[in-house]
Amino acid sequence: MENVSKILGGKEILKSVSLNLNRGDLKVLIGPSGGGKSTLLQCINYLIPPDSGRILLEGKDVHIHNKQELYGFRQQVGMIFQDFNLFDHLNALDNVTIALRKVKKINKSDAKKRAMIELNKVGVADKADLYPAQLSGGQKQRVSIARALAMDPKIMLLDEPTSALDPELIGEVLAVILKLAKGGMTMLMATHQIGFIKNLADEIVFMEQGKIIEQGRPTDLMDPRAGTRVFDFCSKLNELNEDIR
Amino acid sequence: MLESLVTIKDALPYLLQGSAVTMGAVIGAMGLGLIMGVCMAVGQVYGNKLIRTIVGMYVWFFRGVPVLVLLFLFYFGLFSMLNLNLSAFTSVTLVLGMTTAAYQSQIFRGAIQSLPQGQLKAARALGMSDSKAIRTIILPQALRLSIPGWSNEYSIILKDSALAFVLGTSEIMARTHFVASRTYKHLELYMTAGVLYFILTWIGVRALMKLENKVRIPGYTHQE
Repeated sequence: MENVSKILGGKEILKSVSLNLNRGDLKVLIGPSGGGKSTLLQCINYLIPPDSGRILLEGKDVHIHNKQELYGFRQQVGMIFQDFNLFDHLNALDNVTIALRKVKKINKSDAKKRAMIELNKVGVADKADLYPAQLSGGQKQRVSIARALAMDPKIMLLDEPTSALDPELIGEVLAVILKLAKGGMTMLMATHQIGFIKNLADEIVFMEQGKIIEQGRPTDLMDPRAGTRVFDFCSKLNELNEDIR
Repeated sequence: MLESLVTIKDALPYLLQGSAVTMGAVIGAMGLGLIMGVCMAVGQVYGNKLIRTIVGMYVWFFRGVPVLVLLFLFYFGLFSMLNLNLSAFTSVTLVLGMTTAAYQSQIFRGAIQSLPQGQLKAARALGMSDSKAIRTIILPQALRLSIPGWSNEYSIILKDSALAFVLGTSEIMARTHFVASRTYKHLELYMTAGVLYFILTWIGVRALMKLENKVRIPGYTHQE
C-alpha cells in the first residue's frame, strides 16, 4: 500500500501510511490503542475506503468503483476480527459454506467438503453442527479463521484476533495462526502478544497517531540497547503481565 | 336462555363465513405489510438520504392518521379518483396492509439495528455485495427477532379489520350487525363476535409462538 490516508470524524486517523508485504511474510502491527492499526487493516480491503493512496495486490490496483472487482478483491483478502463476527444464525459448518455457495457459487456438497477440510485444519471439525452461541471464544475465532481460509485468500489480515479471548483460550488460536505462518500464508496482524511476535514475526510495524514510527526485525527493535519505542512499549506490556501474575 | 342459544346457533355458520373473510383480509394485509415493511426497513437503515426521508414520511403519515379515516380516504377518495374499481374487500386489505407496513417497518428496523454490525462487515470482507449480505445474513436474523412484535401487530390488525364493516365488507362485524339488527339479539350476537375475534387472535398468536420456537437459534437462552 502506498501513502494511504484516512480522515474520520475530522480526525486524521492515517497519515500517508505506506507498507509492503512480500509473499509469505508475517508482519505484526503494534502500538497504542487509537494509533490507527485497525483502520489501516480495514483500509486494505476497503471496508473503510481510504481517502487517498493506493492498495496494490500483486502489483495490481483495485478499482473500487467497479463493484465486481471490489468483491473479487475482497475474496482474496481474508479478514479476522477481534470479536469474531460469526453469523449467529448459522452453525459452524454453514458459517464457512455460506460465502463459498453465495459468493463463489460452489454447489452445496462441494462447499461442505471444503468447509470440513478447513474446520479440520483449525481443529473444530467436531463442532461443525454447533451454533456460535454454543462455542467458546477460542472455537469461534477458529471457525472464523476457517471461514476466511475457505476463500483461498492470498493474504490474511488479523485485527487483534486474541484480544477478546480468555487467557486460557489464546493458546489454541495462536497455535492455528502459527500453523498458517509455517504453511507460508502472508499475514498482517495487529496484536499485543509479545512472545508470539518475538518468535514469529518477520517484521514489527509500530504505529502511533496514524503513522508508522518504527519498522524492522523483532530482534533489532526489541533489543534493550536499541532504545526504540517498540522496546518501551513491549516492556510496559510485560510489566503489566507481571503485575497480573 | 334457550332462545339465545338458538339465535347463536342459527347465526353461527353465517358468522363463521365472515371469519373467513376477516382472515382473508388480515392475512393479505399482513403479507403486504411484511413485504413492504421489510423493504422500507432495509431502505431506512441502509438507504441514502432520499430513501430514508421518503420512508420516514410514509411511516409518519400512516401512524398519524386513524385507520377509519384512511379507509374512507382511500376507498371513497383516492381509489375512485384514480378510477380504480376496487372491491371493498380489496380496498380494506390494501389500506390495512399499507398501515401495518408502516408499523412493521419499525419492528424490522429495530431488529436490524439490534444486530451486531460486525456481521455485515464480515460478510463484506468475504466478498459479498451489500444486498446479498442483507438477504443472507441480516434479514434471516432480523426476521427471527421480529416475530414477537409481528405477532402483536397481527392481533392489532385483526381487530382493526372490524372497521371494514363501514365499507360494507361482509366480515364478522358486518354480518353480526346485520343479524343483530334483524333479531334484536344484540347481546348474544356481539358476544359471539367478540369470542370469534378472541379465538382468531389466540390461534394466530399461538401459531407465531410455535414458529418462534421452531426457528430459534440454538444456544440463545435469553429468548426463553
